Amino acid sequence: MRTIRSRHVVSGGMIGLTYLAAILATLPLVLILVHLLAKGASSLSLDFFTRMPKPVGEAGGGMANAIVGTLLLIGIASLIGLPVGIGAGLYLAEKRTTPLAYTVRFLSDVLNGLPSIVIGIFAWEFLVRPIGHFSALAGGVALGAMMIPLVTRTTEEMLLTVPTSLKEAALALGYPKWRTSIAVVLRTALAGIATGALVAVARIAGETAPLLFTAFGNQFWSTAVREPIAALPLQIFAYAISPYDEWHRLAWAGALVLITLVLVISIAARLVTRSRFGAAVD
Amino acid sequence: MTSLSAQWLDRDRRRLILEQSAIPDTVYGILTAACALFIPALVIAIAVAIFAAAWPAFAKLGLSIVTSSDWDVAGGHFGAAPAVFGTLVSSAIALVIATPLAIGVAIFLSEFSPAWLRQPVGFLVDLLAAIPSVVYGLWGIFVLIPLLREHVMPFFRDTLHLGSTPFFSGAAYGPSMLAAGVILAIMALPYISAVSREVLMAVPRSQREAALALGATRWEMIRDAVVPYARSGIIGGIMLGLGRALGETMAVTMVIGNRPEISASLLAPGYTMASLIANEFSEATNDLHLSALMAVGAALFVITLIVNGIARWLVWSVSRARAK
Repeated sequence: MRTIRSRHVVSGGMIGLTYLAAILATLPLVLILVHLLAKGASSLSLDFFTRMPKPVGEAGGGMANAIVGTLLLIGIASLIGLPVGIGAGLYLAEKRTTPLAYTVRFLSDVLNGLPSIVIGIFAWEFLVRPIGHFSALAGGVALGAMMIPLVTRTTEEMLLTVPTSLKEAALALGYPKWRTSIAVVLRTALAGIATGALVAVARIAGETAPLLFTAFGNQFWSTAVREPIAALPLQIFAYAISPYDEWHRLAWAGALVLITLVLVISIAARLVTRSRFGAAVD
Repeated sequence: MTSLSAQWLDRDRRRLILEQSAIPDTVYGILTAACALFIPALVIAIAVAIFAAAWPAFAKLGLSIVTSSDWDVAGGHFGAAPAVFGTLVSSAIALVIATPLAIGVAIFLSEFSPAWLRQPVGFLVDLLAAIPSVVYGLWGIFVLIPLLREHVMPFFRDTLHLGSTPFFSGAAYGPSMLAAGVILAIMALPYISAVSREVLMAVPRSQREAALALGATRWEMIRDAVVPYARSGIIGGIMLGLGRALGETMAVTMVIGNRPEISASLLAPGYTMASLIANEFSEATNDLHLSALMAVGAALFVITLIVNGIARWLVWSVSRARAK
């Protein structure tokens, strides 16, 4: 028979272990950020943002083309992912219990869990192979497909936080259903939906694997959607696995820029929701 | 004056006609339903694309693509068993490391954390999921691998004398199954902990109060009353993390060493299905090679589909039980 004292000692020990787990789990993030700052900050200069990559052996150079390429890819992806995702979210929030709603909800979770490389293969098979060359468009489509399930689910969630009384008031005033949905319900939840959109953008901004099959990367300046295009994650990958110190330096700088982009978007998204929905969510 | 009010009347009347008509509502309904239908269509299109691309290799090589371990591009042999092995082993290592940590954090956040720490710690762990995998890979190459090679690997092999076991034998090059497992553990952790935290927080207060009233210590309350209640949700979270780990590409490609050999040693380089595709795609020399890579992708698709399906079902069964 164990004594009460020993049971309390075990309890205290296990609780201590959960504190330890919390410390260990936050450690990698801190380490990664510290290393990025330590190794990347010194290589960041105006040149990094305005110059093109230089050939092996020449010092200096930047990633101007890759930064523009990433922004362009995010733009194409958003053009696809946002309207479809928000539309599907509206459907799910309004027709909550139809068989189609259950199917869509399940499949959007499935889509969300698919490896990004599989989505890259999909865009390659439909948009690169038949055409015969890589393109920014194919890259944007792959990233857009990854955005859809994320935007759909957050849109649905945010629409459901809108009080039914608001909707009923609009209908009682004689608003038709579609205007109630768009001008009242959607508009009330707009901040939350914007957050979902930001989170989705943050998630795809750093994607690399699908771009290997689609955007492919480009050494030169290009903003043509039908041509291969450079992207920050692709450039970081290529430089990181190269044997040159100068390129490693640029890879760290690129990673610092990429993570700053992603973290700023993520934190902004967090702040928007907290100020608007904090009370309702917590 | 009269003409203006007549105009208004006219405008109002037109608006009324538009608003009372069922047509805009129908159009709106069709548009949103079309957006919703886009998702099943996309999943089907992805499946069609990947199996169409993989078909030539399946037709020619059959299941030997995933069962044979002879990957010889020049000789026309495409057996990706080492990559399947590497995918399973690296993901298993990741779960072994990440699961206790993630559940520990989740319990900390849902039960013991001081209120002021709950938000920041939860946010920091969640942020792990936002870091791009290529950044993990970069960090893996230049920070994690040197650390493993100089300190962790010698510690297991020499200090603990595990070098004589097959699991820690051989030279410590750095890029290895162990490095891939550790990186994947960090990447899977936020998914497991986020789901676990949610299901733990959904456990009713009465469950905890009843355990405490019966004289349980705080830990016994967690172990006997809270965790069992949330068990299937936690398992769902682990499966979600597993799905992430199985399909993760860039970070693994950068740290695993990319050698198509099956080795029991965690210190030896390996290959995963995703890294095999990413690594060889751009240098695929002929159609069969390309198709074989796509067949590996198809196998990965099926595996992650099953794992994610089970995960979602488990998480849903918990939330449905809660709703009742």
